[in-house]
Amino acid sequence: MASSVTTPPRSGLFPDGFELGRLLLEGRAFFALIAIIVVFSFLSPYYFSVSNFLIMSSHVAIYGILAIGMLLVILNGGIDLSVGSTLGLAGVVAGFLMQGVTLNVLGVVLYPPIWVVVLLVCALGAFVGLINGILIARFKVPAFVATLGVMYVARGFALLMTNGLTYNNLGGKAELGNAGFDWLGFNRLAGIPIGVIVLVVLALIGSLVLNRSAFGRWLYSTGGNERAAELSGVPVKKVQVTVYMLSGICAAIAGLILSSQLTSAGPTAGTSYELTAIAAVVIGGAALTGGRGNIRGTLLGAFVIGFLSDGLVIIGISSYWQTVFTGAVIVLAVLLNAVQYRRRVKKTTETGGPSASLQSNGNGQTASATHGKIAS
Amino acid sequence: MKPLPATPPTSGDAVMSARNIAKSYGSVHALKGVNFDIHRGKVTTLFGENGAGKSTLMKILSGVVTPTSGDIILDGEVVHFSSASDARDCGISIIHQELSLAPNLSVRDNIFMGREIRTATGVDFAEEARQAKALMADLEEDIDPMTLVEDLRLGQQQIVEIARALSVDSRILIMDEPTSALSATEVEVLFKVIRDLTSRGVSIVYISHHLEEALQITDYAVVLRDGAMTANAEAKDIDLEWIVRNMVGENFDLGSPPTGYAFGETALSIEDVSVTDASGSGYSVVDHLSLDVKAGEIVCIYGLMGAGRTELLEAVAGRMPLSGGRVIVEGDDIAGLSISQRIDRGLVLVPEDRQRDGLVQTMSVGQNLSLASIAAFTRRMLMSRSGEQAVVDEAIGKVHIKTDGGRAAIGSLSGGNQQKVVIGKMLATNPRVILLDEPSRGIDIGAKAEVFRLLSERAAKGLAVVFSTSEVAECLSIAHRIVVMRRGRISAQFGADVSKEEIMAASGEAVHV
Repeated sequence: MASSVTTPPRSGLFPDGFELGRLLLEGRAFFALIAIIVVFSFLSPYYFSVSNFLIMSSHVAIYGILAIGMLLVILNGGIDLSVGSTLGLAGVVAGFLMQGVTLNVLGVVLYPPIWVVVLLVCALGAFVGLINGILIARFKVPAFVATLGVMYVARGFALLMTNGLTYNNLGGKAELGNAGFDWLGFNRLAGIPIGVIVLVVLALIGSLVLNRSAFGRWLYSTGGNERAAELSGVPVKKVQVTVYMLSGICAAIAGLILSSQLTSAGPTAGTSYELTAIAAVVIGGAALTGGRGNIRGTLLGAFVIGFLSDGLVIIGISSYWQTVFTGAVIVLAVLLNAVQYRRRVKKTTETGGPSASLQSNGNGQTASATHGKIAS
Repeated sequence: MKPLPATPPTSGDAVMSARNIAKSYGSVHALKGVNFDIHRGKVTTLFGENGAGKSTLMKILSGVVTPTSGDIILDGEVVHFSSASDARDCGISIIHQELSLAPNLSVRDNIFMGREIRTATGVDFAEEARQAKALMADLEEDIDPMTLVEDLRLGQQQIVEIARALSVDSRILIMDEPTSALSATEVEVLFKVIRDLTSRGVSIVYISHHLEEALQITDYAVVLRDGAMTANAEAKDIDLEWIVRNMVGENFDLGSPPTGYAFGETALSIEDVSVTDASGSGYSVVDHLSLDVKAGEIVCIYGLMGAGRTELLEAVAGRMPLSGGRVIVEGDDIAGLSISQRIDRGLVLVPEDRQRDGLVQTMSVGQNLSLASIAAFTRRMLMSRSGEQAVVDEAIGKVHIKTDGGRAAIGSLSGGNQQKVVIGKMLATNPRVILLDEPSRGIDIGAKAEVFRLLSERAAKGLAVVFSTSEVAECLSIAHRIVVMRRGRISAQFGADVSKEEIMAASGEAVHV
């Protein structure tokens, strides 16, 4: 026990600083990623190549973007089960808009340009998030239940809009002024798929928001202790609604990229993606209780899942086994999180303040003896 | 009438004794070598202020907490309890100060929770219900055993808690504040039950803040102060005055009211404020209360548990809704504003429970300190790191927190330093009025004195300070004015020259001192 008094655990004033504790925390996901790359490179000659990494990364982009939104929600101490459905709905709405909107009154068909489609779909994502946020912050519906309900409703609307069918023709026509939707999914800038670039840009914005903006600090504090944050003047309800809206926007962006990659928008796209996103956040070291986690870890988590499942495909292992492996990785990650956070809590309570002002009485022998073990 | 500090009583009829019991939580010494006897078939009452160590001692005797050092002697033999059920097996049961009932279960199920009467096919609910009914009859309470505990009022819940302890057939029964929610008639019934138990040879340990009431039932009195026993005597030899004197003791110097300046304008004006109980019973926990505090003035609000202090402060700070009245800060009515708007107007609250309401455990000391004043170092949406560090350094310097520049985890600080972080966080917003709910709770005497010195320094610079306390000694420290609350109203106001006895009398703690 004497050893625990030596160094109090450091958690930074600036979460992006280089600190041993934090590097070790994220090191876990990082080392897992290295191990996955090394193992699959040995098993398959095709795995270790730039082109394969880029392809895998464009797969990761979808999960990664969802996971960034999910991270915000989880930092707040919530959960968003609706992102998979929102992704599907976003794709369908994009497809619907690409087919042209018929206005019966005027008897014209409107073909909105791509940027309008993108904006409308993002607004849709924000709207779905707003519903989640209002249900949770205003009406105190537990996040799990509220987003579960919205998950079904969004999926239902996606199916209703297409009658269960898929929009296949998303190319648009140059003469209608709505061509270029495939740019998101197929084009590359400097050889890098657009989806990956979007992921990187969102991650950078996310990091900046979390570490440097007042909103980021509000988010960490509400997730860590909502009551204390509220008494410190943090607008906790506004923060809560905002994170669900941001999560919805991330889902809509992921929906646009996915339907562009597939050049089709099906109403069942994105089914169970919310679980993958949660897994990425958890593997990245975030605590489901809120207040702990960051973008870097979440990205690593998304890459671990993506590179693992693609690797299994490349070496030809059955997709049933992929499911087993992914599940095992998630459980392992949560297990390690639990071990780590438990140790941290223990450490902080046991030290009980090495810098504490000492009491005047002479009962010195008790200071390092057994500490608050409550057996009941 | 002879107090024998720290020497064990020499009576031979002790059924259970504590010898040199000490208990530390980190650097906080809750008990410092207590000697204490429970007399067979008698009521032994423990007196002491909040934080004197009464509850800790009782938790040790009932096996809930293991002592850091010292022995428990039961019937002449040293025993070690590793859990509450160990102690229960030895015939010791405890009625906790905080109710430990499952509100979603019935009275019957609560009474037999964990000790269900089993048969070959399951639980004998009929027998349980019969016994529960008999217990309720003993306690003269008309409660159906099948009623859900959440449907009972607080006093009845306390009766259920008592019934559960009685159902165990214990030899030693510890009652930690059993009457805090009971009506006068219910207390009478309880005392009758206690007399009946002692006549059957059951030994009772009794703890209460209501000194006069407790004295009625006491056979032996033991007084604790700051984790040590200061006096013990037979009830027939003592009176209230003796208890109060030994409870409070000589004063540790917590400072005196700052002088040498004139108070400013009225900074905070509470006008006819009422607050309705959060549970929806319609009962007013704060009842048409009015109070003015001037800039530079320090006001202490004293009251027993349930007097409405916390509710008053939380309602003023915007945490609870007002059911009536106005709150005016420097001339503006702030009744409808949010907490953050009130902070902007210069009104801040340091909450009672710093773990639950004061600190964000997942953030560092510095992040906690700067949390309430983020706007001060945010420019064009982004926080300035140097600006934040300046705020943090200033706060650390001002409230004298022993830490390395704010990067340490909040949990690595001692209770006193954690409390200073909460106070420093709110002071960093440059408030005009600061409300502190029991600022000295759970911190040692040195840190307590430091907190008070800090407050009086700020008051001398024009800050209006309102703090609440349940320890009389703290009223007589830095406060210019002492307001005593009782049942949601102000029952008396005193200047700094009042005596402890007068304060306690006004609070209803000791009526005829």
